Amino acid sequence: MTDPILDIRGISKSFGALKASNNISLDLRPGEIHALIGPNGAGKSTLIKQIAGGLRPDSGSVYFDGQDITDLSTAARARLGMGRTFQVSSLAMEYTVLQNAVLGALGNRGDIFRFFRPVMKDADLLATASEALEMVGLEDFKSSVTSELSHGQRRQLEVAVALTLSPKVFLMDEPMAGLGTEGSHRLMGFLGELKHKTPILLVEHDMDAVFTLADRISVLVYGEIIASGSVDEIRGNPIVRSAYLGEEAET
Amino acid sequence: MRKETICNAALLFGLLAFPLWAWVTDEPFLITLTTRAIVFAIAGVGLNFALGFGGLVSLGHAAFFGLGGYVMGVLAFHAQTYTSVMDWPFVISGTKSMPIIWLVTIILSAVLAVGIGALSLRTSGVYFIMITLAFAQMLFYFTISWSTYGGEDGLSIYVRNGFPGLNTMDPIQYYAICYVVLLMVLAFVFALSRSSFGLALGASRQNEDRIQAVGQVPFRLYLTAFAISGAITGLSGALFADLNRFVSPTMFSWQTSGEIMVFVILGGVGRVFGPVAGAVLFIVLEHLLGGLSEFWHIYLGAILLGVVLFARGGLYGLIAGREVAHD
Repeated sequence: MTDPILDIRGISKSFGALKASNNISLDLRPGEIHALIGPNGAGKSTLIKQIAGGLRPDSGSVYFDGQDITDLSTAARARLGMGRTFQVSSLAMEYTVLQNAVLGALGNRGDIFRFFRPVMKDADLLATASEALEMVGLEDFKSSVTSELSHGQRRQLEVAVALTLSPKVFLMDEPMAGLGTEGSHRLMGFLGELKHKTPILLVEHDMDAVFTLADRISVLVYGEIIASGSVDEIRGNPIVRSAYLGEEAET
Repeated sequence: MRKETICNAALLFGLLAFPLWAWVTDEPFLITLTTRAIVFAIAGVGLNFALGFGGLVSLGHAAFFGLGGYVMGVLAFHAQTYTSVMDWPFVISGTKSMPIIWLVTIILSAVLAVGIGALSLRTSGVYFIMITLAFAQMLFYFTISWSTYGGEDGLSIYVRNGFPGLNTMDPIQYYAICYVVLLMVLAFVFALSRSSFGLALGASRQNEDRIQAVGQVPFRLYLTAFAISGAITGLSGALFADLNRFVSPTMFSWQTSGEIMVFVILGGVGRVFGPVAGAVLFIVLEHLLGGLSEFWHIYLGAILLGVVLFARGGLYGLIAGREVAHD
């Protein structure tokens, strides 16, 4: 078996008496989509923040590409190759689609402290940005202002900006949320292709998407991973059914 | 051509034509008045770079405006009394040369801004406003008690500082100097706004998560922007002191910080030329309304309220449309 690129080793995080993460171990291997599911309040966002940066675990560590990144900042983790898309769109809303993509390419190249050359005339950055926009199907919206995009298009743009970073892994926090059926299907097709190049840790509510896309699934309930395994294993797991899938079916 | 570009051109042309007309008709007072507007405009362009482009609401830009004033005052004071600024560990003598004064001002203002910024940028929102205000107030009270340089009474400089090849005491020639400085500052800020740094800074203002997710640190962007902003406002302080041939602690007062912010808000936050329009409008109002009543600030307040409530883009937003350029 290949070595995991992202390896979360026994991390715990408490807020007062609440154990938001309780000794969580999780890994992501090249070529796969590892889905993380769990009901609201299970601690998915807390976990993602500890992986992407911004929240330090009380104990345990996060290894990325063989390196302990537990103490690194969000920005440093991004530079190492962690591409992230947010649950709530985090784009520069006043900028155009192209500007957002160029920003990603620029951040990745690292030379943001340039004061005179017009950045939107930089051929390299434009090429990287355009390529990423084409991959997600936004090439016709380059000059649209981001705040005028539909919800689904913003999701696509989030993915495109992450693509410009040529990351080693993707952390995607509910990329399907709010997408229509058609949008979901298109994004699913895209992610299914993308994983061969870059593995994806996918936090998702859409069960159809998870069962279709994921190679492995981990189920998080009350800060604990109660089950982890292949799609069939999770589907058939009685604990998961009662703790999570059952609840879903009732609502 | 875009509306905003036309407005910019009209503004620059007006600021060239009006003083020339005043010069031809021999109205030196109007030239001086326009010079004031230009100098205020530079201060506003400086603050706007932090406030409009970086989203850093500084209520302490009087610190830089005043520092520029005192750099000019102190250097010129020593030059006119033939004393040195300091003798140990090395001798620094005064100067009456504008270019040298500007250079010293720009460097010291940037250093001061890095110092203030390094501390205050750890906070945001209301706390940032209060801390920047506090720094400016510290300098205000410091200069009040600094008796070597006049304390509360300030410092008078008898002859305006010199610029090679020009007679700076001639209002129209001093105006020309300030106008060219304004043009250079505008060109500089315009270039910055289109550069890599400008793109990243604007993105950071809109969404800090985004800039971190692309691997960059907002703090560094903010600190650099604050230093650039402080240096520009500092430069305008030196020009202002030379215009009046007088510098006093008032330049450090929080009212000064507030006025600079008024230029930015009146003209249009986040537009390169916004503060120029704002400063011109401020001077026009001060001149016209000030002639009607001593309490003209009441009308200014009402206009400001109107702008904030109904025309968030300021004067530029009204004339050139809400849309900010994307190129």
